[in-house]
Amino acid sequence: MRWLLVWIIVLASTAGNVLQSLGMRHHGEIRDFRPGALGRAAAALVRSRYIVASVVAMAISFFAFMALVSIAEISFAVPVTASTYILETILAKYLLKEQVEAKRWAGVVLVAAGVGLLTV
Amino acid sequence: MSAASPRFKTRLFTAIVVATNVAGNSFLSRGMQSVGELVSLSPVPYIRALFNPWVAVGTSLLIVWLLSMMALLSWADLSYVLPVTSVAYVLVALVGRFVLHEAVSAAHWAGILLIMTGVSLVGSTNPNTAGKHRPEARS
Repeated sequence: MRWLLVWIIVLASTAGNVLQSLGMRHHGEIRDFRPGALGRAAAALVRSRYIVASVVAMAISFFAFMALVSIAEISFAVPVTASTYILETILAKYLLKEQVEAKRWAGVVLVAAGVGLLTV
Repeated sequence: MSAASPRFKTRLFTAIVVATNVAGNSFLSRGMQSVGELVSLSPVPYIRALFNPWVAVGTSLLIVWLLSMMALLSWADLSYVLPVTSVAYVLVALVGRFVLHEAVSAAHWAGILLIMTGVSLVGSTNPNTAGKHRPEARS
């Protein structure tokens, strides 16, 4: 049961993050933090297909995470999601067209390994 | 805020994302321990869990986390934001050590060291490599 939940969390949170990045890039940089401008940004974002899909994916991941922490230690629940770093960096490079230079790749691998070590 | 340098804006939002993530997950975890096991396909037990005060505060903090993450992703790369915000794991381990007085094993300290090295590597790269060719960005 706990590994099924881990898979749901990994796939849903990866999809959620990639769609969120896609939606926010599409919207453009948020520069104006006055309430009126933030309201207009929110109104535009709730109509974005990417953002709506990302919120659905994140909600699935969130409730699966709630279920997981109710049956497993948080020290198990949090670090198993480390595998998403590699998957998401690959998708960021090829799908989101980000320039993942060698230094960034090295950093991502170190972070994923470090998070993995926290489970031991 | 609009006059702030891009670097300051990225650092500030990274800090907000990390702080609300750690606090939100801690409150949520504390709450779920008193709610009890929750493996159900029906939404009712989840909604009932939201009325637990710890879960409610945790969920509110995670909403702030989601919104600040969205703002950050509007100008910064996903492959920059995700590794850099993993400082949250280090914070969770340090809170465990110095606030809850949990033992931290050698492997955990090694993990913390790897994460901090990785974060400083990614943190030294340009946060925005995909935004430039998107002319629809609004002012």
